[in-house]
Amino acid sequence: MEMKRVVEEAREAFESRITRSYFWRSSQLRALRDLLVEKEAEICDVLRKDLGKHYVEAYRDEVGFLIKSVDYALGNLKKWMTPRKVDLPFVCFPSTGAVVPEPLGTVLIFSSWNFPIGLSLEPLIGALSAGNALVLKTSEFAPASSSFLANNIPKYLDNKAVKIVEGGPVTGEQLLEYKWDKIFFTGSSRVGRLVMAAAAKHLTPVCLELGGKCPAIIDKLKSSRDMMITVNRVAGAKWGLCSGQACISIDYILVDEKFAPVLIDSLKSRISMSYSDTKNVARIAQMQHFERLRSFLKEPEVAASIVHGGSLDAKSLSIEPTILLNPPLDSQIMKEEIFGPLLPIITLKNLEDSIGFIKAMPKPLVIYAFTKNESFKKRIVEETTSGGVVFNDAMVQFACDTLPFGGIGESGFGKYHGKFSFDLFTHGKAVLRRSFLIEFGFRYPPWNENKLQFIRYLIRFNYFGLALMLLGLKKS
Amino acid sequence: MGEERRRLAEEFSAGELVSALRENFESGKTKSYEWRAAQLKGIVKMIDEKEGEIVDALDDDIGKPKLESFVHEIALARSSCLLALKELKKWMKPEKVSSMIATFPSSAEIVPEPLGIVLVISAWNYPFLLTIDPVIGAIAAGNVVVLKPSEIAPSTSALFARILPNYVDSSCIKVVEGSIPETTALLEQKWDKILYTGNAKVGRIVMMAAAKHLTPVVLELGGKCPIVVDPNVDLKVASKRIVVGKWGSNNGQACIAPDYIITTKSFAPKLIDALKVCVEKFYGENPLHSADLSRVVNDNHFERLRRLLDDEKLSGKIVHGGERDAKLLKIAPTILLDIPDDSLIMQEEIFGPLLPIFTVDDIEESFHLINLKPKPLAAYLFTRDKKLEEKFVKAVSAGGLLINDTILHFGNPNLPFGGVGESGMGSYHGKFSFDAFSHKKPVLHRSFGGEVSARYPPYTPNKHRFLRALLTGDVVGLILSIFGWPRT
Repeated sequence: MEMKRVVEEAREAFESRITRSYFWRSSQLRALRDLLVEKEAEICDVLRKDLGKHYVEAYRDEVGFLIKSVDYALGNLKKWMTPRKVDLPFVCFPSTGAVVPEPLGTVLIFSSWNFPIGLSLEPLIGALSAGNALVLKTSEFAPASSSFLANNIPKYLDNKAVKIVEGGPVTGEQLLEYKWDKIFFTGSSRVGRLVMAAAAKHLTPVCLELGGKCPAIIDKLKSSRDMMITVNRVAGAKWGLCSGQACISIDYILVDEKFAPVLIDSLKSRISMSYSDTKNVARIAQMQHFERLRSFLKEPEVAASIVHGGSLDAKSLSIEPTILLNPPLDSQIMKEEIFGPLLPIITLKNLEDSIGFIKAMPKPLVIYAFTKNESFKKRIVEETTSGGVVFNDAMVQFACDTLPFGGIGESGFGKYHGKFSFDLFTHGKAVLRRSFLIEFGFRYPPWNENKLQFIRYLIRFNYFGLALMLLGLKKS
Repeated sequence: MGEERRRLAEEFSAGELVSALRENFESGKTKSYEWRAAQLKGIVKMIDEKEGEIVDALDDDIGKPKLESFVHEIALARSSCLLALKELKKWMKPEKVSSMIATFPSSAEIVPEPLGIVLVISAWNYPFLLTIDPVIGAIAAGNVVVLKPSEIAPSTSALFARILPNYVDSSCIKVVEGSIPETTALLEQKWDKILYTGNAKVGRIVMMAAAKHLTPVVLELGGKCPIVVDPNVDLKVASKRIVVGKWGSNNGQACIAPDYIITTKSFAPKLIDALKVCVEKFYGENPLHSADLSRVVNDNHFERLRRLLDDEKLSGKIVHGGERDAKLLKIAPTILLDIPDDSLIMQEEIFGPLLPIFTVDDIEESFHLINLKPKPLAAYLFTRDKKLEEKFVKAVSAGGLLINDTILHFGNPNLPFGGVGESGMGSYHGKFSFDAFSHKKPVLHRSFGGEVSARYPPYTPNKHRFLRALLTGDVVGLILSIFGWPRT
């Protein structure tokens, strides 16, 4: 079907009003759940093909994760859809007010290749919960996942209102020429700017989920158990998360210089325990990204800073988990988002300087800090800005549906997950209802000083004073 | 050449201004409760002390009647400021949220923090309120602010530039006066949020400029706000509320002023009679000389409205009014009946004292007519029929809906105010203003307890089983997998 027809059909489906009902929304979500359960093996298989993800990693980050999100949406949908009554000030008496959630219309979702199923379906859950029709453009860099979605989504979901479009940048540009009621984009800040500029032509609001260099601050940890857990979590969020190709992956570590050797040793042993076998680590998605990562390591001073790993295999597109100690701060690896299994460790004389270090960089999507020092935690929350802050763990925040997920500044804007996804794809329509009963003459011209005086009292005095005024008026 | 040099000079200073402001924001002083409260108190003080001057400036700019200035601009701004002062501590408090089983054990909160430096570009029709109200939200949220009042209301703009620095911290709250070159220079800078009030054409330009810096925007635009009048109404009350909403709101020059009416064929004559009576009662027999009607803001807009009214498709359609005085920039309240849909007046937002009436056979047809047009900022319905009311709320999409009255929802801080589609994006007022200028930062606290090895490789079938149980909320499966049953 040509693109024009696809877009029209989605819009017609929305205008038919079918997507608005609770029945439609919940049946779509249930169908999506069925798809995830019935096609688990197939999904894990396409993720292995596209990214070399292990079955368990694929289940944890995409299939299982999505089932959790669908269940959460299904469990709360009725509540989310209920208009919210609001209190009204006295001036409006007698009246009732409510914020009525209504779907925005037909929305466009751009997904990304690193979690090609998860980052397609997580926003889709929000758009469906909110009662929108949608077009999902999958990433051409994850072809197996893309064609899986194109083949299966129409079988499970309402194929009039939910459309999958496959293709590359040209397809993306063509889609952006149409008028949408919301555009949800996951990807780089360069393309994010193009998406927003295209959206401006149609006054379409956008949500941009971008990335950035997410730091992890690691404090000196006295207990060896805390140390072990920290290293588990750091390694998991770097090499266990699509081989570092995730927007919330740890980009670099900030650590006290005296503590660095201990940390490096522990990370090394953790790597040999869990991440030395390539079947447990995803590969680099494409040659182009492999080359980009290789060029980081080609800078001589960066190459000299490698303390572990560093071997690359272009044939299998795999890169060994690699640790670098103090690569130059003006090297490319410290300027660009790494998005791969390379982990620079930057040492500081005083760990509290990490706040200044982070503030000098563009605002990241998330800041991780492993510390038991409460006043340091407080400083991090108050003095730095980022999409979010996580203490003593990494990547789990993505699974917490009660927290908004999204960036700030260079890492994007707009928030989703859980109720925030619903709100993102919803227009909260303000509705105020009045009756004909009580009518005040002072609201209407011709104006005179008395009316002004009355209104002045009405606005500035309390209810008691107002009652007195009304009595006073009655007398005259 | 002179113009070009001027432009370059402005550009340079806008860049300097912004970097100075960024430094002031980085100093952190705007984040404290004390700073925010002091600024808000300063604004209240300014409003109290300068009420007379504000009224005069508004009279100068638009000939706005004193009472309208007081009710719509001064009192609303003041109460918005007082509300922010009263609620500020509560708004600033981090919000605790429950965390999920998948991240157990943990605690989670959402911490509001200022976005940084924000730009407020305001409009000429409510030049005081629409400038200060977003600024109140931006200050409450702890931001550094630049406000650019509209050059089309020069007296109010000059008044801001003159008096605001005396009441607030002028190192963090700046007024920049000017027109297109200054606005363009400002828009080239990197802001952390831009709030623009005005028309959709400029709204697009603002968003386009913001895209370069990935800056989120709030666009408060307008649109053709319809009123549906059901025959089952209290006609006397309804007509008063329609008249005051149309002509008593800056003579129709308001983004939420009713743009056109839809009613039934049979009811239209009664409605028109009632409206005429009201107009005459409110504005006298010679409304061109009524002190209670704002004038048209300037020659351009007068010319625009004259062109709409003199459209030959409208000949013979005027059922009331139509008088005008180019010297006074005044147009009388004008009602038109059954105009063709392709007339000029139906192609753009009227933003003036002309009120066309459309008729339909069945009142519910009106919902469809409204939905054929771009989504308006507000839509109004007058009826006693509760069922019709319900249908209207379900069927009609607009920034906001108001049943049995006009304009009033604007003054309500508990309702979000903002558009959808062509009428804009983002909302403000009350807590929504605070939210519009805040970043809601999620903070997740975990301890070193609750370590689950299933998260990490080497991956095994039992880890898979555990994750499946955890993520699908299967408690029995979860317990079984912890004990390693069934064994594989």
